[in-house]
Amino acid sequence: MASPSLMETLFQRGLDDIIKGVRHQQSSTESIFISRVIEEIRREIKSTDLQTKSTALQKLTYLNSIHFIDMSWASFHAIECISSPAFSHKKIGYLAISQSFSESTPVILLISNQLRKDLKSGNEFEVSLALDCLSRIGTVDLCRDLASEVFILMSSSKVFIRKKAIGVVLRLFEKYPDAVRVCFKKLVESLEGSDSPIVSAVVGVFCELSAKDPRSYLPLAPEFYRILVDSKNNWVLIKVLKIFVKLAPLEPRLAKRLVEPICDHMRKTGAKSLVFECIRTVVTSFTEYESAMKLAAAKIREFLMEDDPNLKYLGLHAISIMAPKHLWAVLENKDVVIQSLSDEDPNIKLESLRLVMAMASESNLMETCRVLVNYALKSDPDFCNEILGSILSTCCQNVYEVIIDFDWYVSLLGEMSRIPNCKKGEEIENQLIDIGMRVKDVRPELVRIARDLLIDPALLGNPFLHRLLSAAAWVCGEYVEFSRNPVELMEALLQPRTSLLPSSIRTVYMQSAFKILIFCMHSYFLQKEDMTSEVSDLASKRECSESSDLATGKALVQSDQDEGFNPRESNQSFEYPSVVDTGDGQSSTPTFMEKKSLMHESIVNLLNLMELVLSPLSGSLDVEIQERACNVLGFIELVQQEFSNPLIQKEANLDREEVIASRVVEWVHDGFTEELGPVSVTAQDRVPIPDELVLKENLTDLEAICGGVELPAPGSFSLTSPYYGESAVFSVSNLQAEEDSEPSTESTSLLTEHRKRHELYYLPSEKNKIPANDYPPANDPSSSINTNDATEDLVKLADQSLVSKRKPNHAKPRPVVVKLEEGEAAPVVSKKPELKDDLLSGAIHDILLGNEAKAASSQSNPFDKSSSKRKGKAKHVDLLDSKENLAVGEQPNHENPSSRRSKHRGDGKQKSKKSKGKKNGDGREDDGEKESQKIRDHHGRHKSRQRADAPINVVPQTPDIPDYLL
Amino acid sequence: MLVAVNVLSTCMFQIQFVLLISRQGKVRLTKWYSPYTQKERSKVILVYKRYASLYFCMCIDQDDNELEVLEIIHHFVEILDRYFGSVCELDLIFNFHKAYYVLDEILIAGELQESSKKTVARLIAAQDSLVETAKEQASSISNIIAQATK
Repeated sequence: MASPSLMETLFQRGLDDIIKGVRHQQSSTESIFISRVIEEIRREIKSTDLQTKSTALQKLTYLNSIHFIDMSWASFHAIECISSPAFSHKKIGYLAISQSFSESTPVILLISNQLRKDLKSGNEFEVSLALDCLSRIGTVDLCRDLASEVFILMSSSKVFIRKKAIGVVLRLFEKYPDAVRVCFKKLVESLEGSDSPIVSAVVGVFCELSAKDPRSYLPLAPEFYRILVDSKNNWVLIKVLKIFVKLAPLEPRLAKRLVEPICDHMRKTGAKSLVFECIRTVVTSFTEYESAMKLAAAKIREFLMEDDPNLKYLGLHAISIMAPKHLWAVLENKDVVIQSLSDEDPNIKLESLRLVMAMASESNLMETCRVLVNYALKSDPDFCNEILGSILSTCCQNVYEVIIDFDWYVSLLGEMSRIPNCKKGEEIENQLIDIGMRVKDVRPELVRIARDLLIDPALLGNPFLHRLLSAAAWVCGEYVEFSRNPVELMEALLQPRTSLLPSSIRTVYMQSAFKILIFCMHSYFLQKEDMTSEVSDLASKRECSESSDLATGKALVQSDQDEGFNPRESNQSFEYPSVVDTGDGQSSTPTFMEKKSLMHESIVNLLNLMELVLSPLSGSLDVEIQERACNVLGFIELVQQEFSNPLIQKEANLDREEVIASRVVEWVHDGFTEELGPVSVTAQDRVPIPDELVLKENLTDLEAICGGVELPAPGSFSLTSPYYGESAVFSVSNLQAEEDSEPSTESTSLLTEHRKRHELYYLPSEKNKIPANDYPPANDPSSSINTNDATEDLVKLADQSLVSKRKPNHAKPRPVVVKLEEGEAAPVVSKKPELKDDLLSGAIHDILLGNEAKAASSQSNPFDKSSSKRKGKAKHVDLLDSKENLAVGEQPNHENPSSRRSKHRGDGKQKSKKSKGKKNGDGREDDGEKESQKIRDHHGRHKSRQRADAPINVVPQTPDIPDYLL
Repeated sequence: MLVAVNVLSTCMFQIQFVLLISRQGKVRLTKWYSPYTQKERSKVILVYKRYASLYFCMCIDQDDNELEVLEIIHHFVEILDRYFGSVCELDLIFNFHKAYYVLDEILIAGELQESSKKTVARLIAAQDSLVETAKEQASSISNIIAQATK
């Protein structure tokens, strides 16, 4: 037995040999070498000789930390090494454990005893090893078992050990919050003095603790204040400042006291890190102190002037913290900010971009965007998209608040989408559609831009732009009446390269093409009606056989109407011509309609083109494409006959056919001309709850179900139609005629809201509910029949949202942007107050029940630096604070000086403690209990510590409550 | 140099991990302070500085002071420098464990624990001598003979 061990000891390869060996390997042979070494280690590590074992372990640790070789199999051997009496073995063992152990290491509990032994060791370095190890791997069990040992070490005579023990406390508290009971007092006492390493360590601990739950540390503010004033150690000062940033919002009086010393440090210190921390403290917490802000701004300016990119970045970063409230700070440094856009450091560029956008306002937006787009053209793809993204998000803020000239903005969108690196197709898509729906005046320009995008075959090759093209296609289909040349649009939509599009977008293309077809045919029929009416009215001499045909057709239509088939239609057929005629004079844009250039052949050509392109698609594997193609083809078949061979069938049955065709076209056109408008995200909220409706009390179980259908971003809207316009909407004058209708009824908005959420599951046929973006209903001739009721409701609804007093086109004043009142304007903000309300009410609830009434209001000055500071410590939380604070269970107890600080973790324990403490709070109802419990649970995650008052201390607190309630 | 990155982390400690990477991208030292087991996405900042051929990286939270961490890095490097006598990458390669021991004296639980270079140097030297004594004992001939004849 002895000899192999001896041999191994004598001839074992050391760490150096391994390192050298690995370094001499080619990268190809390295892994072979390593696996050979591992084999060797596996043998050696089993040796009974601890020297051999520990050397093997050290080699393994090396391979693990540099070459990421698994060493979990050796965890037991590591434990063997730390139990060696020799310090060198211990050290190797502890290193291995620190590097490789985790919560899930099975043997981790085995080290508990060894750790305890080492923590109690007379050799301070062994203690130190054990502390280091515990701070790294401490589990709940380990921390619980060893808390008392650590506590003893916190009073060690050796500074070196004491500060390590304090460092370990952080791990202890995190894993085993009950350790607070034992250690907290000691920790607070360690704050005495101002410059020893101990204070540095304690402040570090408090800095981390207060980040999670600042309120509990408020009573220590005087101590921290003393350190802030007295300490000369920059590291300590930085941490104290961090603590104060957390405390300041909780105690308004703190700020006044703190501003001076902080400004002092800012002026005097040479350490940039401290200056920066002061700046950050001021700009985040003391924004209302002007002199401090000015000083901070001056210091920031110094940072910006530095060559060091880090300082420049941090300076910009600090300004961006100031920007929302103190825009002057940005404007003062405008030059540097703009310059930094072309800095080589990406972080600086991003930061300055943010600031440039912060400076953008109505007046300089166009200029800013122009400059930025130029930068985008020159930049690398990432930054280019950052720029585009921030332009897009700035411009759409609060429903395009900053934009006055929408024509300009729409063309900017077009320009942006042509930037080669543009990957913002989706956002541009949303905005194009959004603007189309909200801003009527911009539609002609929008269609023009969309057309330019569509007819460019090159764009189809860029997958990032597909979404954008889908928006362009939708816009062209929806607002085709503003187009100068629908035929050209149609050709663009049906071009062969559309096969490059994903099928979901292709369906949009097809649907838009269909809309355009309907539009063209409809205007063709109108033209003819126009002509016929002229013929009949004026008894024209024109001998056009076609028109006489039509006249008969017309008569048939009228006979149909006489039967009461569709009263609306009869109106239209008489009114249309006049509308179109007058429209000519009014409108300044020569839209296609007014040119009246649709010839019979062009319709036939359109039909043929569509048929040609769509026929192959009726066999498409994608159901959406297939269905749409079939629908359109069916329609084409229906109307094509009389269009394709009018001359042959001129006499006989053509009349009937054409009537059918024109009527079908009329219906579908009616469907398509319904206007789409935005729907408020909060529409649902405005619906009052009917009296008889009994709501389930607890709906939390619904959350799981509804979570999946949560709406995307605030400010979003769906494309369902709240606005069912009259079917004759195709000229600008007519559009304007529709502005006045009555406000909506709740039920419709409820319906719309529901529809919006569950768009996919609605059947479009029932009420002729109008094309949504992605799933337009197929042409269903019967659908327009019973639209009237729904139409009225929808018109009402729409009117509520359309605050439209539009001026005629092209007037430079800002066009009307459809907004949906409060709901949409500030959806982001609306979330928070609600939450706060909840918790606030919970807090008040608790206070009323006499639970949490603690802090006696300002009876002592928190900054009392005299010997009575401990007394003052716990007493300056006032009523206001506790109400504002969200964490109900978190108000610091009014402690006895002896019990000092404590915390809690909010569950069962807490409750029992509380009821013990508040024996006089007998009025506490179950409800209240539950309520506050819930809140506490809600916050439980943040508060892992347990308020650890010993019961003895709790009793004397209760008298404070009535005081507080006064 | 400061870089903002997205890393999975939830952390109670200031410094979440320390990383030394060579210019060739080889890892020379890793030390994790935060348990990366229960993960939660949050934005953290990677602060790094290059000394000769080595990048010293430390990962901190968003609202931590980047400059302070740069100073900690520098502090670490100065102590290494003093300990190894103008430190170079090779020193750290061949004495990887010592680099860890030095780091352990500077940071505990992700917090700076000792801001005095002298103190750290003294502590490290004391431990080294302890190790040496232990080693000498272990490798003395009599010990080996005792082992062999056990």
